[in-house]
Amino acid sequence: MSLFRKVALAVAALAVLVLTGCSEQAYNMREGVTEISKEVYELHMIAIWVCVVIGVLTFGAMFYSMFAHRKSKNPIPAKFSHSTTVEIIWTVIPFIILIALAVPAVSLLIKMEDSSDSDMTVMVKGWQWKWEYKYIDGDNDPSNDVSFFSNLDEQSLKTRDNSGKNFSGTPIDYENYLLEVDNPLVIPVGQKVRFLVTAEDVIHSFWVPDFSVKKDAIPGFVNEVWTKVDEPGIYRGVCAELCGKDHGFMPIVVHVLEQAEYDAWMASKVEEAKSGPDLNERTMAQLMTEGEAAYNKYCAACHMPNGQGNGPFPSLVGSPIIEGDIEKHIDVVVNGVSGTAMQPFGQQLTEAEIAAIVTYERNAWGNDKGDKAQPQDVYDFKNAGKEE
Amino acid sequence: MGDHKPTGISRWLFTTNHKDIGTMYLVFSFIMFLIGGAMAMVIRAELFQPGLQFVEPNFFNQMTTLHGLIMVFGAVMPATVGLANWLIPMMIGAPDMALPRMNNWSFWILPAAFILLLSSLFMEGGAPNFGWTFYAPLSTTYGPPSTDFFIFGVHLMGISSIMGAINVIVTVFNMRAPGMTLMKMPLFVWTWLITAFLLVMVMPVLAGAVTMMLTDRHFGTSFFDAAGGGDPVMFQHIFWFFGHPEVYIMILPAFGIASAIIPTFARKKLFGYSSMVYATASIAFLSFIVWAHHMFTVGMPVKGELFFMIATMLIAVPTGVKVFNWVATMWQGSITYETPMLYAIAFVILFTIGGFSGVMLALTPVDWQYHDTYFVVAHFHYVLFPGAIFGTMAAVYYWMPKWTGRMYDEKLAKVHFWLSIVFVNLTFFPMHFSGLAGMQRRVPDYNIMFSDFNMWSSIGAFGLGLTQFLFLWILVKTCMLKKGEKATDQVWEGAEGLEFNQLPSPAPYHSFSTPPKVD
Repeated sequence: MSLFRKVALAVAALAVLVLTGCSEQAYNMREGVTEISKEVYELHMIAIWVCVVIGVLTFGAMFYSMFAHRKSKNPIPAKFSHSTTVEIIWTVIPFIILIALAVPAVSLLIKMEDSSDSDMTVMVKGWQWKWEYKYIDGDNDPSNDVSFFSNLDEQSLKTRDNSGKNFSGTPIDYENYLLEVDNPLVIPVGQKVRFLVTAEDVIHSFWVPDFSVKKDAIPGFVNEVWTKVDEPGIYRGVCAELCGKDHGFMPIVVHVLEQAEYDAWMASKVEEAKSGPDLNERTMAQLMTEGEAAYNKYCAACHMPNGQGNGPFPSLVGSPIIEGDIEKHIDVVVNGVSGTAMQPFGQQLTEAEIAAIVTYERNAWGNDKGDKAQPQDVYDFKNAGKEE
Repeated sequence: MGDHKPTGISRWLFTTNHKDIGTMYLVFSFIMFLIGGAMAMVIRAELFQPGLQFVEPNFFNQMTTLHGLIMVFGAVMPATVGLANWLIPMMIGAPDMALPRMNNWSFWILPAAFILLLSSLFMEGGAPNFGWTFYAPLSTTYGPPSTDFFIFGVHLMGISSIMGAINVIVTVFNMRAPGMTLMKMPLFVWTWLITAFLLVMVMPVLAGAVTMMLTDRHFGTSFFDAAGGGDPVMFQHIFWFFGHPEVYIMILPAFGIASAIIPTFARKKLFGYSSMVYATASIAFLSFIVWAHHMFTVGMPVKGELFFMIATMLIAVPTGVKVFNWVATMWQGSITYETPMLYAIAFVILFTIGGFSGVMLALTPVDWQYHDTYFVVAHFHYVLFPGAIFGTMAAVYYWMPKWTGRMYDEKLAKVHFWLSIVFVNLTFFPMHFSGLAGMQRRVPDYNIMFSDFNMWSSIGAFGLGLTQFLFLWILVKTCMLKKGEKATDQVWEGAEGLEFNQLPSPAPYHSFSTPPKVD
């Protein structure tokens, strides 16, 4: 067997090995579950095959020439160095191919950008590093507005934690690692849903591959995009635009339900919104337990589980905020610090969660202020000035 | 004879000689290539398997940011400027560059710029962590304090590039030997002349963008802050108005290199010289009207998206012409496969693969699925590594005998080539798959479904990184240990051009003290 054949065999064997090894792994664009996403997939496959055919022809000619026109076979080179005819041919042919690709692309794009006549609207807002969904129902009564935040789920949080403290399991054991959230977006099947996409702080990008939807979420601007999903199911996406430290940890999960199930879900959400906040008084021990859980979920990403902070994110151990007045502490958590990465948590957390976090921060990691905030205090702080 | 030059460090500090400055550019770019490469190794080590193993997400972002900035501004661009310095005077029959003192300055600004940039790694709050594209407001309101060092670093790099470009333009227009008309210039000179025009047109735009960032950060303006009436998307328009021509700034010189090497080893004249010139000029022109194809998801009006999609697709036409011309040059030639030719052929094939994914990315509806995924990472690494960097390596092997008077170690060079080409594909080809499967860019961790392709990419990257030490050894062996047989004046059997036909090897310190005759 010649050396060449040995090498070729080895390469082929390796290729088979790689392909069988990867058979479990996705390697192509998903066809998705909407009319648009299927058309996008088709256009993608057409583009690939056009490239493959051109590639085979061009590289084929090249390899033929490399083989047949090597010096040992063709010692006297030809003399030609110009031909206007072939230059025109290989300018015009690619041009025609491109037009053939552009025609379906133009009509598809126009369809994708037409969000008129939608059946419902959801506002999608990117935050560092979570999503907020608000269902815009068209009435002016804010008491029954349904809106909620969607964070990375607890199991992913624990799995990714490399400090070892809360570590449990490995990414390999968890099928939906980094692709699961606590509160998924819920939409009904077969309805044209319009998303109004915006952001609170930096630019994010709302991407659900199965819908072929990707739109940047830009602070101060509202973008529009729509989808109409044909099959109920659970669909997963991610933030696609670098938005800081935890860009890789703010997935999007969409539950698409049958209309009846969706209506029931929506009714329960409206009920929840109407029932008002839980302002029951808590003991110190309760506040500390609830506070630790909430802190680890919402605060530890920046201030670290041990409160020591990290880089630009300040330490909370013995810091001026901790040492100072508790009202100021509540203020910082509720309203954030403008011009910094400290975001306002007043809207996204409940009064009970904020009270617990404030209490926990003032009494953990060696901080021993001994004072506590109750949900009612936070409620009063948030609503001061509104009553009069 | 009669080369008056100081010795020791002052030779290098004060030199106004195009060859010394070219050497310094090339050495600098190789050092930056290794530093930027080391950062890529950190990135690939973290991505070797899912989970966070080695670095924190914030440090990971600093690595991707600095890797991009260093490779673009520190490795690829200075490498091509170094080649321009060495080659343009020799190719057009000039004694030196037209503006030698400015030449010295434009080089010595660079180390200062990169010390500023790299020092940010040791600062409180860490180095810039917002990606090499530094989109506002992540880089303005939310940028770490070291962002200001980054801004000044970019200003300095811009000044350096602008001066280098002015020097090339003035040299090409004023220093050509009698008879060297524009349409007789080697294609490398043509592509660099066009590159230089791109540089002087877009580097000031970049400077404007970072200056606006600076005033947004410190002087109360709100160019990029919607709360003050500004627009974060405007930042992206300005950045990509620089950024897209920048892509061609990096690749056009490599086009010129391939157009010099392929005819030499095919022993046949370059096919379609004038169409190559016009194609290069068309690509440069188109590069100014396609910038927003990097921004198809920001929510542009549909008419804008259609314009940028179609303009972008048009680039495939002149690029195709170039590729076909190279193939036609090889056709019925009498080809041998020395290392420069191997690199040039790999350049044509792999760059074209990057071009194919470029056409796919141009299709706006599908781009929504590709945008900001590893598919894009695969695309631009295919045009940059086996494109711009293989082009530079081909050039170094091709002209090194002329520069040093010695042949490099052909056997080792071939090993370098084969290892590089295997590992470059192992690194970047699987990224197409992970991107299509849904893995987004710039993340330190990922779901298990992307793990196989990431493992392959990481293995490839480690191999590719290690292989470059072999390149370093080959260079040291030839240039510093002075091992290797003496090169003839023509160096390669089929080599054409003033540097091979009219100058001895090694080329004298002052290239042409009397202009050669060109017919």
